Amino acid sequence: MTAREIAGKVVDFDDEGFLSNPDDWNEEIAKVLAGEVGIDSLTDRHWKVIEFCRADFQARGEPPTLRRITKTGGVPTKELYSLFPKGPAKKVARIAGLGKPTGCI
Amino acid sequence: MKKLLVLGAGTAGTMVTNKLVHYLDSDEWKITIVDQEETHYYQPGFLFIPFGIYGENDVIKPKRDFVPPGVEMIVSTIERIEPEKNRVRIAKDNRYLNYDFLIIATGTNIDPSETPGLLGHEWRKSIYDFYTYEGAKALAKRLRTWKGGHLVLNIAEMPIKCPVAPLEFIFLADWYFHLQGIRDRVDLTLVTPLSGAFTKPRAADMLGNILEEKGIRVIPDFNIERVDPEQKQIISYIEQKVPYDLLVTIPVNMGAEVVEQSGLGDELNYVPVDKHTFLSTQFDNIFALGDAASLPTSKAGSVAHFAAEVFTENFLRYIDGLEMIHAFDGHANCYIESGFGKGILIDFNYDVEPLPGKFPLPGIGPFSLLQESEMNHWGKMMFRWMYWNILLKGKEMPITAQMSMAGKWN
Repeated sequence: MTAREIAGKVVDFDDEGFLSNPDDWNEEIAKVLAGEVGIDSLTDRHWKVIEFCRADFQARGEPPTLRRITKTGGVPTKELYSLFPKGPAKKVARIAGLGKPTGCI
Repeated sequence: MKKLLVLGAGTAGTMVTNKLVHYLDSDEWKITIVDQEETHYYQPGFLFIPFGIYGENDVIKPKRDFVPPGVEMIVSTIERIEPEKNRVRIAKDNRYLNYDFLIIATGTNIDPSETPGLLGHEWRKSIYDFYTYEGAKALAKRLRTWKGGHLVLNIAEMPIKCPVAPLEFIFLADWYFHLQGIRDRVDLTLVTPLSGAFTKPRAADMLGNILEEKGIRVIPDFNIERVDPEQKQIISYIEQKVPYDLLVTIPVNMGAEVVEQSGLGDELNYVPVDKHTFLSTQFDNIFALGDAASLPTSKAGSVAHFAAEVFTENFLRYIDGLEMIHAFDGHANCYIESGFGKGILIDFNYDVEPLPGKFPLPGIGPFSLLQESEMNHWGKMMFRWMYWNILLKGKEMPITAQMSMAGKWN
């Protein structure tokens, strides 16, 4: 675990760059984290996904899978790949300040 | 009379029924088990069918042979679970079955229709599955006359039943084509949505090395969107294309439709439950066991077995109004066939990834953890007998339900 300053706040990150504590998150941090994974500006569609993931995490205690974002969050998979290129589930979890998705066992 | 209703007479449902029937007084309890099929399949055996190692007699027996006396078995489609009314509607005679407690053990199945292009004119011509008995048999027929080319094994999406089966398939394919004398004419590629060979880091490294030694290519982080059966390509969401001559697919795995239709399922039709007690997160008289449950561990018979043991102890307390004090730890134990008469064994739980060591006797074995050995292969082969004769009948196995750290090292 390492602490670093991000968007004017010092917060803890795990070894893979995911926020250690989801409560440290705010929208400014999200913007910086998005920039770090190559997403320069967050559109309304990005925010829709981020907000769904935050809310789902609150309810269930784990970051949602891609299928869950698609089926429950209502954003098609193809769009998720264009919003958060390459690994959408992992990328959105990172930007939304959630832990790394366990996804599969 | 109190009524216990079990939906599904597969591995989990049969095992737990056999266990509970010993403890629940038949003057007080009526136990009913419902399944849509008469046939019980030894599903771990499907892996061996494509290579001609197992046939029908190895994997098929009547379900009724394993339903204990005193338990009513009904063969019928299950139409709807009505948890608010504590009853289940079945197709046979349009009956309603009332219950005091319900155990959902309806398993998981492949759903090839989730991936466009799988089902179509090339299904079981150049595209096969081995997660069904029919698929495994069709593939066996195809492999007998296959002259070689590019065999691609694709996992559509996690989680899948038995996450090691795809690896075993490709290890056995390597061995099989060696025996056929055509290995030099076969390219083997594993295309997976995972970042490596397996879900847990140390086992992924170890299995990744074996794949490399055998000359099997791995394409990781591949999330399939569709299949082009004309061009014979699988295509990912980011338009990465992998050509094949023969595609063996592990399609998306989904829980039973009745779970979804009854409003009890998550996005893959699995029943959300407490991961330590299997109690539904929605209803306090419904449990889900085996693959039907949404648990953060492997969907595997060994998990169903360990879970059934913990569940039985808890359930006997729960019906008397006592707290469920036994916590399931996610214990899984899997033999991995690696070809050429060898196998690997892994043993892990929610918190501890597969580690090297000896099993079940610490320091002695006879099985080696996270290491190839001939003994592990024999363990796998003997397991079929144990499954039919010990496990399904709910008898004791010399392995504890809780995972043990004894005999493991870091």
